[in-house]
Amino acid sequence: MVMSWIFVGIVGISFTFSVFSGTTGLVSGAIASGAQAGITLAISIAGSLCLWSGVGKLMEAAGLTGWLSRLLRPITCRVFPKSKKDPVLAGHLSGNICANFLGLGNAATPMGIKAAQRLAQGQTASDDLCRLIVLNTASIQLIPATVAAVRTSLGCPTPFDILPAVWITSLCSAGLGLIAAYIFGKLWHNG
Amino acid sequence: MVDYIVPLLLLASCLLALRKKEDAYGLMLEGAAEGLKMLLSILPALILLLTAVSMLRASGFIEAFSRFCQPVFQWAGIPPETAILILIRPISGSAALAVGAELMSVHGVDSLVGRTVAVMLGSTETTFYTISVYFGAAGIKRTRYTIPAALIADLTGFFMASLTVRLFYN
Repeated sequence: MVMSWIFVGIVGISFTFSVFSGTTGLVSGAIASGAQAGITLAISIAGSLCLWSGVGKLMEAAGLTGWLSRLLRPITCRVFPKSKKDPVLAGHLSGNICANFLGLGNAATPMGIKAAQRLAQGQTASDDLCRLIVLNTASIQLIPATVAAVRTSLGCPTPFDILPAVWITSLCSAGLGLIAAYIFGKLWHNG
Repeated sequence: MVDYIVPLLLLASCLLALRKKEDAYGLMLEGAAEGLKMLLSILPALILLLTAVSMLRASGFIEAFSRFCQPVFQWAGIPPETAILILIRPISGSAALAVGAELMSVHGVDSLVGRTVAVMLGSTETTFYTISVYFGAAGIKRTRYTIPAALIADLTGFFMASLTVRLFYN
C-alpha cells in the first residue's frame, strides 16, 4: 500500500506542477520514455548483477562467510553481549553481518531474522535487538554490485573507483548509528 | 590498490571453492540464474518507478525541489541535487535505484553529483523496510529508539558520502 501512495503522489505532484509551470507536454512525453528507460536500465545492469550474484554464491560455498565471522567474533561479542553465552545466537548474528558484508542479501535476511527472534523478549525491543537492526539498516558492503552495475551501464569505465568512499561512509554511518543506539539505550530505560 | 580488489576477490573465491572441492563454475551459474530471477522480480517496479521519476523530472519539480533545499544542503556540504534521493532512500529500494540512476544519467556518472549519488546508494539501506521486516518477524510492537538511531545512521551516510566524494575525487 505504501508504494501505491508513493506512486500516486509522484504522478499527482508531476501533473499539478506541470500545469502551473507549463510543462504538461514534456510530462506526457516522459511517461513513454520513462517506461522505456526502466527496461533499458534493467537490461543494462543484468550482466554485472548476475555475475556478482554468481560470485556471491561462490563466496558462500568457499567458506568466506565462516572465515569472516571468526575474524569479526571479538567485535560481535562486544556489540551483542548476549551472544557470549549463546553460541547459536552468535552464529546467526555473525552470519547475518558477514552475509551483508559480502552482499548476499538472500542469505543475510533469514539469518538476521533468526537472530532477531532469539533476541526478542515479548513485544518490546531489547537493546541488543535495536543494535542489530541499526547495524542492518546501515549496510556495510564490500562490493556494492548494483550501484557499480548502474555506473557501468551509463558508460563509466571504472565503476569500482567509488569503493573507498563507500567503505568509509558505511563505517561512519554504522558507527554513529551504534553510538546513538548506545546513548538512547542509556536514556530510554524501560521504554 | 582499489583496482586489485575486484579481480582478486573473483580469483580468490574461485580458488578457495576449488580447494574445498566445490564445483566453482556450476555454483556461479546457479548464482547467476538466481540473480536473473531477482532482477526479473524488481523489473516491473523499475519500469513503473522510472516512469514516475521521469514525469517528476519533466515537470520541473525535481529542479524546483533541489533549489528549495539548497540553503540547508549547501550549509551541510551535500549537493542539493541529491535531495530527492535522500527523501526516497529510506522508504523504497527500487524507487531509490530509479531516482539514483536518473540522477547519474542527468548529471553524468563521473560528476560530483553522480559520484555522490553512487556512494549514497552503495552505503545506505532501505531503513524503514528493513525495520518493518525484522520487527514484524520478531513480533515486536514497541520499537523504542530504533527508528531515530537508524535515521541518524542514514543522515551520517548522506553527509559522509558528500564529504568523501568531495575530498577524494575533486
